[in-house]
Amino acid sequence: MSTIYILWLRQLKRYFRSRARMIGSLGQPLLFLLALGFGFGPVYQKAGGGNYIEFLTPGIIAMSIIFTAVFSGIEIIWDKQFGFLKETLVAPVSRMEIMIGRTLGGATVATLQGIIVAIISFFIGFRLENPGDLLFAVAMMFLIALLFTALGTAIASVLEDMQGFQLIMNFLVMPLFFLSGALFPLSNLPGPIAIISRLDPLSYGVDGLRGILINQSAFGLPMDFLVLGSVLVILLAIGSYLFSRIEI
Amino acid sequence: MEDDIIQVKSAVKIFDELAAVDNITFDVKRGEIFAFLGPNGAGKTTTIKMLTTLLAPTSGEILIDGNNVEDDKNAVRKAFGIVFQDPSLDDELTAYENMYFHGVLYKVPKAIRNARIEQLLKLVELWGRKDDLVKEFSGGMKRRLEIARGLIHLPKILFLDEPTLGLDPQTRNYIWSYIQDLNKKENITVFLTTHYMEEAEKVAERIAIIDHGKIITVGTAAELKKQTNTATLEEAFLALTGKKIRDHEGSPVEAMRMHHQMWRRR
Repeated sequence: MSTIYILWLRQLKRYFRSRARMIGSLGQPLLFLLALGFGFGPVYQKAGGGNYIEFLTPGIIAMSIIFTAVFSGIEIIWDKQFGFLKETLVAPVSRMEIMIGRTLGGATVATLQGIIVAIISFFIGFRLENPGDLLFAVAMMFLIALLFTALGTAIASVLEDMQGFQLIMNFLVMPLFFLSGALFPLSNLPGPIAIISRLDPLSYGVDGLRGILINQSAFGLPMDFLVLGSVLVILLAIGSYLFSRIEI
Repeated sequence: MEDDIIQVKSAVKIFDELAAVDNITFDVKRGEIFAFLGPNGAGKTTTIKMLTTLLAPTSGEILIDGNNVEDDKNAVRKAFGIVFQDPSLDDELTAYENMYFHGVLYKVPKAIRNARIEQLLKLVELWGRKDDLVKEFSGGMKRRLEIARGLIHLPKILFLDEPTLGLDPQTRNYIWSYIQDLNKKENITVFLTTHYMEEAEKVAERIAIIDHGKIITVGTAAELKKQTNTATLEEAFLALTGKKIRDHEGSPVEAMRMHHQMWRRR
């Protein structure tokens, strides 16, 4: 238990100390929110979709979470050679505890990042129907964050250097984000895109956030939780198996 | 208690059909300072990784303080402290936090943890900087902190993988005299690798020379010089391992190491 706590604490301390990184990683979601939100807003309204900022905000929250979460997992590549993780791997603690502590830490940081985006969105006009839903939304954010931190951890466990990082961003994280319905509604999509977006776990995260925050859910909340929960269990299992086999 | 704290019997490690460590057998006595020398790519780091449970030997048996590195990992891990070739401190944490986290990982009881951190930080003369972030430290300060950290759980063995690489002569001298002191007072066994022959000659009681994954010879510096009929350990080393420069393929880790150094040098 103390191992898990200390690794979690470490991630949080690092997060709060690197203000530059914290602010830097808010730039992208903010840009998306402003440019797309106000840019497509009028068109979306005319097409009968309603308020686009309202629709977009849950998607951008999910975006900041997936980017932060995957990155925090991928950081393991660096950490196992030049960081604290290497030292942790020769300590008398189980790999499982290390993996859990680190994943919880990364997921907490990603959730915080999502909360900050949510707060920013209030300033540009996003409104909640029921402020009490925010807690529920945070739980959903944490679920998304856990899932993608576990994914990042699994990937980092098999990669040897940072060369593959760009590949993962462009061929995994970007597609996961763009095809998740974070930017557009999932209803009435052309066939192939509709199928792909339904295979994307982030779609259920975005849909869940939308269901909680603005009461617009395509799949229904039980379905969202079921899919995210199942994928999370699978990824955690794969991640901890691969993590236990890390050789440095 | 057995006399040999490290026992390696016919250890082999094969990567992709290539034997990085090819059937090595040696013992390190309790309380000894033992140097492990060899050219680049000779198998030094692979051996240390096997001794410290990071890599499982392909075959053979390794006992650390009587415990098998494959079967009793946790008992083995409690028995040693290590300073890696690459820095393994958390730069975003303070010196104290690095010590504290390590103490928690090694389950050092709360009641004595703080006192021991204070004692060790004072010993390496970093107590005054305990609340500074490690990223503000010089290379020598980081090394000292790593040594202090490696000692917090009172290990019986200290592994040092090129601990003085890239440090100035003053710091190197300080670190070695500190390690010798520790070895005498606390009876800690020290297992070290280095490229600086004069350091090995000065501090190590016995020296093993490894090349191409095999141990060529083990003995005191005087024995090695006598055996090769040379005047210095460096000459003895060259006589035993040849003068050919070793070109080994760059690994991803080395590419990262270069990046890492570039970033650190600012």
